[in-house]
Amino acid sequence: MDVAIVGIGIHPFGRTPSRSGLQQGAYAAREALKDAGIEWADIQFAFGGSASSGNADALGNELGLTGLPFINVANGCATGGSSLMSAYAAIKSGEHDLGMVVGFDKHARGAFNANPADLGLGNWYGEVGLMLTTQFFAMKIQKYMHDYGISNETLALVAEKAFTNGALNPNAWRREPVSAEQVAESMMVNDPLTKFMFCAPGEGGVALVVCRADKAKQYCERPVYLKSAVLKSRRYGSFEVFAPSQALQQVDGPTVDASRAAFEMAGVGPKDIDVAQLQDTESGAEIMHMAENGFCEHGEQEQLIASGATRIGGSFPVNTDGGCLANGEPIGASGLRQVYENVLQLRGQAGEHQVPGDPKLGYTHVYGAPGISAVTILQR
Amino acid sequence: MSQQVPIAEGLFTWPSPNPALLGSRCQQCGIATFPAAQSCMACSSQDVVVEELPSRGTLWTWTVQQFMPKSPYHSNESPETFKPYGVGYLELPGGVRVEGRLTESDPEKITIGMEMDVVFDTWRTEDNGDEVISFFFKPVDVNETGA
Repeated sequence: MDVAIVGIGIHPFGRTPSRSGLQQGAYAAREALKDAGIEWADIQFAFGGSASSGNADALGNELGLTGLPFINVANGCATGGSSLMSAYAAIKSGEHDLGMVVGFDKHARGAFNANPADLGLGNWYGEVGLMLTTQFFAMKIQKYMHDYGISNETLALVAEKAFTNGALNPNAWRREPVSAEQVAESMMVNDPLTKFMFCAPGEGGVALVVCRADKAKQYCERPVYLKSAVLKSRRYGSFEVFAPSQALQQVDGPTVDASRAAFEMAGVGPKDIDVAQLQDTESGAEIMHMAENGFCEHGEQEQLIASGATRIGGSFPVNTDGGCLANGEPIGASGLRQVYENVLQLRGQAGEHQVPGDPKLGYTHVYGAPGISAVTILQR
Repeated sequence: MSQQVPIAEGLFTWPSPNPALLGSRCQQCGIATFPAAQSCMACSSQDVVVEELPSRGTLWTWTVQQFMPKSPYHSNESPETFKPYGVGYLELPGGVRVEGRLTESDPEKITIGMEMDVVFDTWRTEDNGDEVISFFFKPVDVNETGA
């Protein structure tokens, strides 16, 4: 049984002092129900998650206590992707017909401060100042630039594009264009990455209504079909965040594994994809993830990005809603934001940030600590 | 009376005239990891032994931490006295790539592939006067290797 997305809802990302994270999730859920033309009582099951705004199951207090099985999902930056994959399996198995996937969050300002013990690490690792995701991202792109000839200018161009796209998206947090020069000259955070090259923890909520493909037209004129939803964790030897040591022999990371499996499941290849949302926790991540997801060879990004290929009007538009850089990263909602954006694109409803040419296939990718990746392929 | 204490037990030999990082090596597949673990993350064997890791290696990748981390960071610094610090992975031949702080923090003086030594020094001083010892990676003195 194939799976369709028949309703989407979002609470604008950024800072909303008047609403809790949970209330932002409820707002998104109501929007998704309205979009599908159904009531909360029609939903048979739900998967949802938030990293710092409590159990997603508490949405029942906002939306109504209907007795449905609601499973809380906690899987770092891949929380949304994991919820969607779980819902996909629940429908594919025939167990349920109609369900909801929801994610929301509300993070404090500043970088995340993870607890070493939660990841099986000694306290010393945090005490001496190694427990920072930003360091990993910087060290990974530093090595990548050294090996594949990616320049600092390209890092700046990725952020400039994100803010340009964010300015076109009414739900984005950062809606002011920032020039590549401003990006490059902003405060250095972790060499070679500057402040404007990093996304910030933020707030927001996203909900999706999913159903059996053969019933999709009951709820939605233009359903979008989930051709694949794959989650992978790291294998031994992949270069990952929060690792006091790394193997001498490097192997492909979970992004490569998830991407390959997703393409195989969908029966399509990278060249078939019309629009992609790739994890851009920082500028370097978008660059590396283009190749890790199979969209180009390592090093080709330098020329592709300079030529404008990844812009909304380009041959391979990436992060058309501004990505994490312009939307911030409310962990529970972030991966689902990518899916929301692709559904808009495939329905032709993305307004000013709509990709031209009537896109048919969309791709989403998240990556998170301590080395997990989720990929979806959507088709209208 | 104040004393020198390691930041964590089992991380490196201490006290010792020639301290070394302690890793574990799998007796089934041969891979090493740091810090020492009770099983092998490559092949899941529990047949592992602790061994001293080499003290000199080459820098695999690096960054400089330019802002003061939040807790659980625990130093004697304040936001006013915080100084940026280098972080990198040192590839120890025949062993593993170990992550650590660099003694160098000037990006102009750090390059991938440079040789570095594992050194041990005071990380912070506790209220009771105890010196907490940790490990750092220090660029090899060019004059020393050239000799």
